[in-house]
Amino acid sequence: MYLTIEKIQKSFVNDRKENVKVLDGINLNVKKGSFVSIVGPSGCGKSTLLYLVAGLDKADSGEIRVNGDLVTKPGRERVVVFQEAGLFPWLTVLENVTYGLNLKKMPKEEAKAKALDVLKMVHLSKYVNSYPHELSGGMKQRVSIARALVMEPDILLMDEPFSALDEQTRMVLHKELLDIWRKTKVTIFFITHNIREAVLLSEEVVVFATRPGRIKEIIPVPTMKDGVTPDSVTLNTEQRILSILQEEIEKVLKEEIGDDYSFKTDHLHRGDSGDMGSHI
Amino acid sequence: METLFNGLMSGQITLAIGKSMGRILLGFTIAIVVGLILGYFIWRYKLVEDTLGFVVTALQSIPSIVWFPLAIIWFGLNDFSILFIVTIGATWTMTVNATSGFKNVPQLYQRVAKVYGSSGFHFLRTVILPASVPQIISGLRIAWAFSWRALMAGELLGGGGGLGQLLEMGRSLGQMDLVISVMIIIAIIGTIVDNVVFSRLERNVEIKWGIRKRV
Repeated sequence: MYLTIEKIQKSFVNDRKENVKVLDGINLNVKKGSFVSIVGPSGCGKSTLLYLVAGLDKADSGEIRVNGDLVTKPGRERVVVFQEAGLFPWLTVLENVTYGLNLKKMPKEEAKAKALDVLKMVHLSKYVNSYPHELSGGMKQRVSIARALVMEPDILLMDEPFSALDEQTRMVLHKELLDIWRKTKVTIFFITHNIREAVLLSEEVVVFATRPGRIKEIIPVPTMKDGVTPDSVTLNTEQRILSILQEEIEKVLKEEIGDDYSFKTDHLHRGDSGDMGSHI
Repeated sequence: METLFNGLMSGQITLAIGKSMGRILLGFTIAIVVGLILGYFIWRYKLVEDTLGFVVTALQSIPSIVWFPLAIIWFGLNDFSILFIVTIGATWTMTVNATSGFKNVPQLYQRVAKVYGSSGFHFLRTVILPASVPQIISGLRIAWAFSWRALMAGELLGGGGGLGQLLEMGRSLGQMDLVISVMIIIAIIGTIVDNVVFSRLERNVEIKWGIRKRV
């Protein structure tokens, strides 16, 4: 196994000075080159897990290993794409993309050539010298993906990268991300609350339970040999994940709204394709 | 008007402007450097924030001319005393602004930088400083206004050449035209620096960052 997460425990102290357990005994193995998504209700600790893998945060106990090496701090082989693109507004697109390469002490010319290559891959060759504010949300997120890819990471950690984008942009970026993944064979660890997104993109969906965050079930997404999955299969998988999540959604809602609330079962809202689960 | 013109021509006023500008540039530069360094420590270390941070806030409320008697005792009635109050007038404001600038750097930028392996001085240079530039510029602007006032007061009392001294000279000679001329010069320089230097700096940054649209 490539990325191994073992017995991770993590708790926070909230505003009322109470200890809140966020992650409770997480065990997960991710194969090299695979695309794994994590879905779960908001506040279930999925982003926290990503930060732990990124090395931005420390677990209370447990171990995370990449390629056998213990994760203790951020490393260039594990790059994060955040929900907000997080581009530096004082740097141009090119300078943003070469930021990590300069830190790697790569010669300027080489770094530039590499950045231009990656920017071409995300179709932004025209905007190399623009500043981030001149770009749309989707373009910003593309730059942010380019900035990550240029590092040639072993693992790409994505923290709800498309959730702030509109539907059309998201669909385009889904396709592009899959292309990139097939081309670069990078391992992708993808956090989302959008069930459809998880099913469409990944090979494996890890469903999280909440309060405390635990892994409820790991669901493989069946794919055909040619990489195209029939809609019926996608739908079935989606249904399955939703039914697993239902209990968790109810738990959250009851806590927030009160005991009399019941999330309707057997009712699946299909009107808006990208909307699945975003009300969680 | 004639006095103003003649003064500029004969070099009496020009010389004084040169002297004053030289002083303020030196004092202001020192204040910026000291302010940024103090700001860094207050931002970085909790202990410093609790101790020095409080003192700085208190010191900020002391008008810098109040330091003058003390400066005269320490350094004598000379250039150095004037430089001292010019510097001290700008330092505290600069410190306060730098601190809040550093503190307000979005967590996201810091995380991004860390993910790419930035740390230590590189982190400070490539993330913390540029991200707080807008706030630092507004700090510069206020600090400039403070040190400009301190400079005039200092020169008026301390002498050693400069516009303030010229003002005092005009008073003692009963030359009201000179006094008015110098006042006009002071106003002009103050406005030019604020409008041309700082406003432009601020606008450029805002346009580059996309906070303000190009007009």
